[in-house]
Parts: sequence; structure tokens; C-alpha cells
Amino acid sequence: MLQLIALVPLLPLIGFLINGIGNKSLSKSLVGIIGSGTMLLSFIISLGIFFELKNSEVSAHTFTFFDWINVGNFNLSFSFLVDPLSSLMLLVVTGVGFLIHVYSIGYMKHDEGFAKFFAYLNLFVFFMLLLVLGANYAIMFIGWEGVGLCSYLLIGFWYKNTSYNNAAKKAFVMNRIGDLGFLIALFLIFKTFGSISFNEVFTSAAKFTSGDPTLTTIAILLFIGAMGKSAQLPLYTWLPDAMAGPTPVSALIHAATMVTAGIYMIARSSIIYALAPIAMDIVATIGMITAVWAALIALTQTDIKKVLAYSTVSQLGYMFVALGVGSFTGAVFHLMTHAFFKALLFLGAGSVIHAMSGEQDMRSMGGLKKKLPITFITILIGTLAISGVPPFAGFFSKDEILAATYNHSMPMFIVMSITSVLTAFYMFRMLFLTFYGNFRGTNDQASHLHESPKSMTIPLIVLAVFSTIAGFVGLPEVFSEHHALKSFLSPSFVFTNGRFSFEAASHVVEYSIMGVSLVVVALVYIYAQKRFAKDVYLLPVDESKMTLMQRLSYRKFYIDEFYENLITKPLDKLSTFFYRVIDKSGIDGVVNGLGKITMNGSKNLRTIQTGNTGFYIFSMVVGIIIIMLLNFILS
Amino acid sequence: METIVQNIQTVPLNNYIILSSVLFVIGVLGVMIRRNAIIVFMSIELMLNAVNLLLAAFSAFRGDPAGQIFVFFIMAVAAAEVAVGLAIIVMIFRNTRSIDINFLNRLKG
Repeated sequence: MLQLIALVPLLPLIGFLINGIGNKSLSKSLVGIIGSGTMLLSFIISLGIFFELKNSEVSAHTFTFFDWINVGNFNLSFSFLVDPLSSLMLLVVTGVGFLIHVYSIGYMKHDEGFAKFFAYLNLFVFFMLLLVLGANYAIMFIGWEGVGLCSYLLIGFWYKNTSYNNAAKKAFVMNRIGDLGFLIALFLIFKTFGSISFNEVFTSAAKFTSGDPTLTTIAILLFIGAMGKSAQLPLYTWLPDAMAGPTPVSALIHAATMVTAGIYMIARSSIIYALAPIAMDIVATIGMITAVWAALIALTQTDIKKVLAYSTVSQLGYMFVALGVGSFTGAVFHLMTHAFFKALLFLGAGSVIHAMSGEQDMRSMGGLKKKLPITFITILIGTLAISGVPPFAGFFSKDEILAATYNHSMPMFIVMSITSVLTAFYMFRMLFLTFYGNFRGTNDQASHLHESPKSMTIPLIVLAVFSTIAGFVGLPEVFSEHHALKSFLSPSFVFTNGRFSFEAASHVVEYSIMGVSLVVVALVYIYAQKRFAKDVYLLPVDESKMTLMQRLSYRKFYIDEFYENLITKPLDKLSTFFYRVIDKSGIDGVVNGLGKITMNGSKNLRTIQTGNTGFYIFSMVVGIIIIMLLNFILS
Repeated sequence: METIVQNIQTVPLNNYIILSSVLFVIGVLGVMIRRNAIIVFMSIELMLNAVNLLLAAFSAFRGDPAGQIFVFFIMAVAAAEVAVGLAIIVMIFRNTRSIDINFLNRLKG
């Protein structure tokens, strides 16, 4: 199976080419089969690779396909690295990707851009797989840019709507800011290590002393790249806006895969971070602030997808905290479980939106439990998973992160625990507002309410199953002899394994965390049910009736306005200034002035040409006389 | 030949120079002042011949025949030039019914 590794990214590329070229001529069912079929094949191969790798002695395989760049002492080959980390990512990307492709067949059935949509999705998966598989930073960067492009294309998929296009542009531009950091980091890595292939970089990086300023700079710059891609403060505002794209896109790109690229990149470069404690602290702090910040905003959002978007930002913050405190396994574990339950929640939300004929405001929903039973149960599972209720997947991964922060610093542990309570609260709020109480939409919408087709519900069920059981790969020490995921991933973090050892929390602590989280979630459940399930407490539409905190949260802490005033407006003014003063009167003035001088000069000079023969002869004679006189005087 | 050269030398060289200078200046003034194209043309010929006279005189005084040969060339070229020039003047007359050169100011800027 390992030899088939090239096929994993190639198959989606083939799917993209077929669907992209045959855009107009292929029938919708054929497009769906090609789009999902290539993904299924990729997934099967990835599965094979995963098990082969699990059972083999050698933990990392590098496959070189061709020499890509050979300039001077810079040698770059196009090669893939298959190790536990990338094979796990392969499974997540192709597995969740496949389910979302299947879901899209139902969700996008009535869209005229059906083939285009599948082509973009396949292209996205291709780039994501490049990102994950690349054996050096250059290939990773190709994938990194490629997924950014696809994200742009898919956010602006309904391109006739201007605000969707603006959201797409915002995502692209914000990502570019981060990409610049990544790119500079790449140059710096090459300058420092003389190579950008993972093996060589990590081997030579391991010889550096801890706290080396160059490594710290590299780590911070890489993190800036991750900030953009993984939507961390201060570059997160594109992600909520990115919900303009079709819901499967939000699920695949803006929840399960692309936004986790930053986590993957840092986990991959773990050795550089392990030797840069300052950068680690920055990662952890930014992750923590983002987690709380986004959770607070999510509390009052009324758009069902916006709640999930902010929840994604918050959960990504969790993963960065895990990375920052050195629990790389915890971050990857949460990445995996999050991919399952967040994709599930997004797809469930998509199913709700589908049933509500496009309505996304939760204030117009309510009481959908009876009409959408499968969606309700799957979303419930997703909610329980993200809230950290044992034994659902989110509990174990979150537990591991919290345990790691507990070892690292107490204040961070407290903040993260509060965030997880907030998470449970806004998720139950969403659940109750959507599925309980009475229906608050129009009669027209009520008559259309229906459970989604099988192609949409089956992925939901599969994801719900995974959201339930995925946590068992990383059972904490209290339940099992060894942490399965940790021992599987440990070859990928071989350089860092010794550096951060977390003592397994004692059984008492472990049980009490479980107990406390159960009790807290139960309390939150009761409180949220009281507040939101009876239609009584809805966020007022009129902003002046909100309390200060509500308004702050509802307006997302005015961060968009802040950016608008701090960056956009001064930039606009500056460019207007440059346009009016520098360009129009400065540069244009010089160019036009030169033209005018020539025109006026020639206008005046031509009057010398009188056309009077006598005058010509006269001046000729005068000229000759002058020459002769000069001749006399000078000689 | 001896006699012609001796005859020429009986008049001092300065007289020739003065004569040809006067003739040349008359030609220049004629070109500058007169407006009749034919007269202008004649004045040009006058200038040419003033130069020719000077060349012949110097040639005789210095005993060098090159000057006189040069005069022949000038006369030949001048004859050709007259042919072309008169043809132009005829064409101008046909077009403008006048040979006043002040009318020929179409190239005025």
C-alpha cells in the first residue's frame, strides 16, 4: 500500500480535472460519483497505508518522485514523507473529506454550479494532501497556498453576491498576511540550516541549544503563518465571515481540515518549538486568549453557522494551547476528534438550513426535533462531544489538553476550564434554540420542513459514530495501560519526546476532572434548557435593548470596526492621498509638464520659420559675416 | 599665353580683389533686396562670377592653372543650375502667375 502513496493526492486531482473540464457536459450524478469516488479510493489507500505503517518496524518513509530544483547548493526533491503524523492526517482529510463529498451530493443537488463545486472540493483535497504529505517546507507551502486559493474560491462560490465575494477576499488577504510570516520563516530556515527538507532541518535543529534566538525567530514567524491559516488572534476575523460559503465547505475547509493546517505545521516542526520556549509561551498565550475570546463571542451569535465558526476558532485556540505547553499529541488528538465532531455539527447545521429553506437565524428556528430526528440526534452527539461529556470523543482530547495545562500553569488551566464551560453553554444554547420550543419561522418555512435525503443523513450518522468512539484511541492512563495514540505518534515527535514529559495525573485527579466536568455540563444543560428551550429568552433583534455584555459579544467586541478604523480607513486615506497628490499632481505632473514644455517650445520656435526668402538670405549673410569676423578675431 | 598672363599682371592684384568684392556685394544685396526671381537669379550669377574673376586673377598671378580649371567647373555647374533654376521659376510662374519670391512663403511656421 505504501507504494501507492502518490495516488492519494493524484486521485482527487484527477477528479478535479474531469469535473473541471467536463463541467458542462457531465450529468450531476456522474459528477457526484467521480468526486466522491476518487475520495473513497484515496481514503481506502490511506487506510491501507495507516495499517501498514502501524504494523511496520520503520516508522517514517520518504518517497522521492523527482528532483525538483537543483540550483547551486540548493537541492530540492519532490518527495512525500509518510510517518504516523502524516498518515493520521491523511485519514482525517480523506475520511472526513469523503463523507463531506457524499453529503454535498445531496446538499448541492439544486445548485447550477454542481460540477464546479465538486471540482473545487477535489482540488482542495489535493492541495491539503500535498500540505500533509510534503517532505519539505516547499511542498508544504504549495499545499498551504493551494488550500488558501481553494478556500477563496469556495467562500466566494456564490459569486453573484457581493458580500460573499468580500468575505472571500477578506479570507484571502488575511491569509496572505500569515503566509508572509511562513515565507520569511522558510527563508530563515534555509539560511540557518542550508536545507528545507524536514529530515535535515530537524536533525540539525536538534543540535541547537534551547532558547537560540534564530530558532525562536523561526518559530514565531511560523506561528504567524499558523495564525493566519488557523484563525488565531489577531488574524481570526476571516473565519466567521468565511461562513458565506456553502455549508459543506464550512465543514470541510473551515472546520475539519484547512484551518488545522497551522496545528499540523507546528506539530511537524515540534523540535524547533521545543527549543524555543519563548515562542511556545507565545503560542500558548495566543491560543488561550483566542479560545476565551471566540467562546465569548459565540455566546450571543444568532446565526447557527456563526456560532459554529466561533466555536471552531475557540477549539483551534485549545489546540494551540496544547502545542504551546508541549502536548503535541494532545493537539493532534484534539485536531482529529474536532475534525469529526465539528464536521458533524456543521453538516448537521447544513441539514437544518436545508430544511429551513436557507434560513440561518436561530431566532426563526425552534422545535425542529420532531421534524428532523436524525439531524437532531447527530447534532446532539456532536454537542455532547464538543462539550466534553464522557465517553464522547471531545472529552478525552480536551481532558488531555487540560491535564497538560494543569501541569504547565494553574491560571492557564483555570481559563481553559472556564472556556470549556462556555463551550458547553453556547453549544447547548444552539441546540435548544434550534430543536426545542415552538417553531418560530414563517408558515411557508414550516410547510417545507423535512428531513434531509439519505446522502446527507448517512454522512451525519457515520460522523456521529466517529464522534462517539474516536476518543478511545487516546484513553488516558487511568483506563488503559498505554495511550494508544501517543505511542503511535511518538516516532513523529521523536526529537521532543524527552523534553516535555507530563506526569499522568493521579487517578483521583483524573476521576475528579471527569466527575466535575460531568456535573458542570449537567448544570449548564439545565441552565441552558431553562433559558433557551421555552422560546422565552431570545436575543432581542433591537440592539439597544441588549445589555452591555450582550452587545459587546453580539458585535464581536467591535473587532471588525476596530480593524476598519485602525487599518482599512488609514490605508484608504493613504492611498487616496497617494492617488491625488503623488500620482496625479506629482508623477502625472512631471510627465505632462515635459509634454507641455515641448509643445510650447515648438510652438514658439516655429515662428522663426517665417517663410520669407529674403529674411533667410539676410540671416545667412549675417551669419557668414559673423563667422568671418570671429575667424579674424580668433586668428 | 605669356602675353595674356602678363597683361593680367599689368593691373595690380588689389584692384581685382576690390572689383570682385564689389561685384560680390552687389550680388548679395541684389539677392537680399530684389523680389523678382529672375533678378535674384542674376544676382546669384553675379556672385558666382565675382568669385570666378578672383580665382582667374590669383591663378594668373601665382602661375598656377588650377584656379582657371576650377573656374571652368564652376561655369559648367552654374550652367546646369541655371537650367534647373529657370525651369523652377517657369513652374512657379505657371502656378502663381507671378515671380515675386515674397509670395512663396507657404513654409511659414
